[in-house]
Amino acid sequence: MLKGKVYKHGANVDTDAIIPARYLNVSDPDELAKHCMEDTDADFVKKVKPGDIIMATTNFGCGSSREHAPLAIKAAGISCIIAKSFARIFFRNAINIGLPLLESNEAVANTKDGDTLEVDLSKGLIKNLTKGAEFKAKPYPGFMAEIIADGGLIEHTKKRISRRRA
Amino acid sequence: MTLAEKILAAHANKKRVSPGDFINVRVDLVMSNDVTAPIAIREFQKLGVKRVFDPQKVVMVPDHFVPNKDIASAEQAKLMREFARKQGIIYFEVGEMGIEHVLLPEQGLVLPGEVVIGADSHTCTYGALGAFATGMGSTDIAAAMATGDIWMKVPPTIKLVYNGKLEKWVGGKDLILHTIGDIGVDGALYSAIEFSGEVIESLSIDGRFTMANMAIEAGGKAGLFGVDNKTQLYVKSRAERPYLVYEPDGDAEYSRVIEYDVSAIEPQVALPHSPANSKPISKLKNIKINQVVIGSCTNGRLEDLRLAAHILKGNKVHPGVRCIVIPGSQQVYFDALIEGLIEIFVRVGAAVSTPTCGPCLGGHMGVLADGEKCVSTTNRNFVGRMGSPKSEVYLANPAVAAASAVMGKIASPEELLQRVKVNG
Ligand code: SF4
Repeated sequence: MLKGKVYKHGANVDTDAIIPARYLNVSDPDELAKHCMEDTDADFVKKVKPGDIIMATTNFGCGSSREHAPLAIKAAGISCIIAKSFARIFFRNAINIGLPLLESNEAVANTKDGDTLEVDLSKGLIKNLTKGAEFKAKPYPGFMAEIIADGGLIEHTKKRISRRRA
Repeated sequence: MTLAEKILAAHANKKRVSPGDFINVRVDLVMSNDVTAPIAIREFQKLGVKRVFDPQKVVMVPDHFVPNKDIASAEQAKLMREFARKQGIIYFEVGEMGIEHVLLPEQGLVLPGEVVIGADSHTCTYGALGAFATGMGSTDIAAAMATGDIWMKVPPTIKLVYNGKLEKWVGGKDLILHTIGDIGVDGALYSAIEFSGEVIESLSIDGRFTMANMAIEAGGKAGLFGVDNKTQLYVKSRAERPYLVYEPDGDAEYSRVIEYDVSAIEPQVALPHSPANSKPISKLKNIKINQVVIGSCTNGRLEDLRLAAHILKGNKVHPGVRCIVIPGSQQVYFDALIEGLIEIFVRVGAAVSTPTCGPCLGGHMGVLADGEKCVSTTNRNFVGRMGSPKSEVYLANPAVAAASAVMGKIASPEELLQRVKVNG
């Protein structure tokens, strides 16, 4: 069960907003986390508490393929991201590294910045504790459910490789 | 099936695929760069595999922060270089490299009908040659380096048809900026784009690269062009392997078909902070600028430099402007040198750099300060993309960028020519 305060954004939050390209000369998640969302909200890293949740409307994570983006968000302490939709590469990257993403139009429409949410990943349930409302996220498609069940792409691929060898 | 579906079906050993199908796809090339390779290598090492699946199908290109701009980026490049040498994969060192999306097609490493994945979102550039090419993250690339395949969801295809006659100074960059302005930064989300129509047939390969490059700016997974004589001519002398040409079926199903009459399209400028903010240049009034960048994987090819040099020749870069020209690859640099373009750039007062992504992502070689404005032939103008979050980037074609460098403000080539006439 995940629980935290919501940081709400609008549409098309791009990967340069999540982690500016000028910091991509390192790949250590904790270093990257220091600059997470810096150009949008300079104090974000100071304010965010472990478990907090980022919420956005459509096309979250558009732009670059940099995995540094979900890595920075995860290392900053964010427990999951809820949006109406995600950019394709960001979606893969986040799932691959074990940062949960949930898509739910209703949850986004009925949640305000600062609300507290509780998320049950196994059931795909999003509870808005501030408002006392409950929403269901879209189920994960095809292979993605398998990757999540295996604990990320690396573990999933390890399994595939050992099956091939056998 | 559409062009994308044909290529994917062939690489998944299936007779047919439809949008929404989950398939495992064999990959012909797996690419990463000095920003994304270090994470891919770290993840690859967790897999417990010793060797990449095929060293001739794995390529790493140092291009973003090279020649290295600081110690941290030098460490990343070193990690990548050592891995590349140890694995015996394809690698291009500074001095022979280029911006990945200029370099790989030029070296004959991406070919029609292939599936290419790269840890860089502009991998979609190779669609210009009729390949299915798409960007992914480092962990996906790590897995593919080990297994030689990757899972994909078959995207629906949007067909864009361009008819009419191109106005002067209007090229691939303007067509794609106009299109993104029309359909939005998520207009092609999760979709493949198929570019077609009489205008596309008459467009050069360099112009096609520019358009395919920015498919991702509309959210696209890939942007594909059919293979014609021009493609064959480009590819034949370079191809490193045999390749197959696919064509879309006559009865292919498209999720959307959009037709454009290009005759009415002017040179476009995308205003800050979105590539979808594109406006006809005549609508912009007196926007003073501090810098011009001509280069990148979007517009750093020979045709682009020729166009810029043509406009700049005999003029001087405006005293209030830094004009930075970056050939997209060592080959482009060399060709531009032999043709005398580099001499023109230096004479007019432009700074010419060795190939690098550099300022395109605010790395080095032209980072912007607070309040500065830059006209750039690159593909993204997000907040902070080229430096300070308080700077502004205006995206344009190389002719507009060159004219603006001389005029000190955003200007069309026509405006510059008029001025030269009056003064001359
Ligand atoms: S030139 Fe710019 S957009 Fe192209 S690969 Fe380099 S950083 Fe990315």
